[in-house]
Amino acid sequence: MTPSHSQINSDLLRPLLRTSWKFYAVVTILGGIVVMALVSWLSQMFYGFGISGIRWPVYWGFYVTSFVFWIGISHAGTLISAILRLVDAGWRRPVTRCAEVITVFALMIGAMFPIIHLGRPWLAFWLIPYPSERLIWPNFRSPLVWDFFAINTYLTGSLLFLLLPMIPDFAVVRDKSTGLRRRVYTLLALGWRGTPKQWHRLESAMAIMAIAIVPVAVSVHTIVSFDFSMAPVPMWQSTIFGPYFVAGAIFSGIAGLLIAMAILRRVLHLEQYLHPIHFENLGKLLLVIALLWGYFVFNERLATYYGNEPSEMAVFWRTQRESFAPLYWTMVIGNFVVPLVLMGIKRFRTITGCVIASIGVVVGMWLERFLIIVPSLGHKYLPYSYGIYRPQPVEIIIAGATFAAMALLYVLFVKIVPIISIWELKAGDHQPPPDAHPAAEERRLREQHP
Amino acid sequence: MKAVYALYPDGHSAQQAVSRLHAAGVHDRDITIQSAQPMEDFEFGHRDKATWMWWIACGGGLIGMASALGLAWLTEMSWPIDVGGLPIFAWWPNLIITFELTMLGAILATVVTLVIAARLGRGSDIYDAEVSDGKILVGVVNPSESAVAGLEAALTAPPGAQLKKF
Repeated sequence: MTPSHSQINSDLLRPLLRTSWKFYAVVTILGGIVVMALVSWLSQMFYGFGISGIRWPVYWGFYVTSFVFWIGISHAGTLISAILRLVDAGWRRPVTRCAEVITVFALMIGAMFPIIHLGRPWLAFWLIPYPSERLIWPNFRSPLVWDFFAINTYLTGSLLFLLLPMIPDFAVVRDKSTGLRRRVYTLLALGWRGTPKQWHRLESAMAIMAIAIVPVAVSVHTIVSFDFSMAPVPMWQSTIFGPYFVAGAIFSGIAGLLIAMAILRRVLHLEQYLHPIHFENLGKLLLVIALLWGYFVFNERLATYYGNEPSEMAVFWRTQRESFAPLYWTMVIGNFVVPLVLMGIKRFRTITGCVIASIGVVVGMWLERFLIIVPSLGHKYLPYSYGIYRPQPVEIIIAGATFAAMALLYVLFVKIVPIISIWELKAGDHQPPPDAHPAAEERRLREQHP
Repeated sequence: MKAVYALYPDGHSAQQAVSRLHAAGVHDRDITIQSAQPMEDFEFGHRDKATWMWWIACGGGLIGMASALGLAWLTEMSWPIDVGGLPIFAWWPNLIITFELTMLGAILATVVTLVIAARLGRGSDIYDAEVSDGKILVGVVNPSESAVAGLEAALTAPPGAQLKKF
């Protein structure tokens, strides 16, 4: 049965208006882990970068792995949400905001890693192109500068893409709350009234931003892949890296979204809004991308094998059957075998099945980033550049704590904003007039019965 | 009296009210409509649809593109970095930055246009919190005293109407 408008308001505003001890317990635990990571980072600043395992020749370790991983996870939201908006998929309505939030927070976490990796984070502003006294301009031919522009464009776009459709929901919270909360949400709602003109402008703005954000999202991970493919390092200089990275990013993004949706559904009791069909549809998408990922890996590996270039083959065998083989085959199982089995067989495409497959993908994708970076850097063209990387506690704590940071940001967000877009949900079920245009009626039915 | 309005439980009643107000000689620009979701299945939901937003977004994109090219040219020429004899102002890498700032310009122009065109931050003379519960508000702001009786009759005629004045 479709819930009434009052019930939608009541169900989706409940987490905002009521706070249980569980909320404080979760925030305390997650906050504690984040504080631990901050202390680790401060100790790295105090004692110097030497306490990390990053040293010649492996200058990129856990930090850059985590950077690439989180930028990949960010593709969950805005890209998927924008595509679903553009194709007018009715089932997207309860999913979009859950997804868009992941993008913003994952980008914020991902963008932290280059700063952590700098060693002297107080000089991070040197990345910004401005006419300084040092007369040193950023090199516009460096992929790291491209990263700066791409990530900031994507972050700005994603933040606005998330914020704009929140304005009508802030108005609902304004109307349903009292006291200080009401004053805060009155400011956030920006005087929203819901006139036809406001709805049209909002929908036009969302359509324009959806069109703009899709190529930006694709460009971001392509540019992240350029960090590698523009460098003369074995197994990095590959033309396939752009689409391979984009596919991997969408892959890990969908997995992250499925896990977040399953947790939200259970914890916030959103069973009436996040239906098994949403998980099944995203599960099918996960399956398609798993196949695409397998196709890219096969291409990359086969081309290297046929090329038979000695330095590339050395890295190839290190991952395939030597020291990195356990990680490599775990990645293949997590990214390919598990999603293929669980998402390929209909009876396993349940919420539990989706979550298990997604956990496999998240682990697999983190390993994939690690296996792209470390084996190649530790075995370049000449023997003087051979080396071993051993991650140290400071790196492990910081990289691990980012998952807690993500969860913490998500929990806090859910406390201040309805995690499902209230107005979009309502827009999907209002009754048309008896003489409604057949196309409008068809669209309404499609949205109600995806 | 500042305003007379009515709340309706659904779009059909709201549409009837709007049609009756039209019949009573009230112009579209004098009728205020508010709802908790877009009502594009109804005629009144199509008011004020025309917008320049798409063109403004394109203009914002052009400004972003020009800024990117200007920034790249200015910085690269001010401090030329010779890398193996490659061009100082190189088109391929600059295309990436140009693309990103073009998109950023379009996005920012869209948001600014939304804020201005949707009159965000300025509120309105008439509002009822019941709109958030799914009611649809149809009303007239600052009607002349002589027209009030006619407006009330038009607004109360559709089923489920809840007349309010202030």
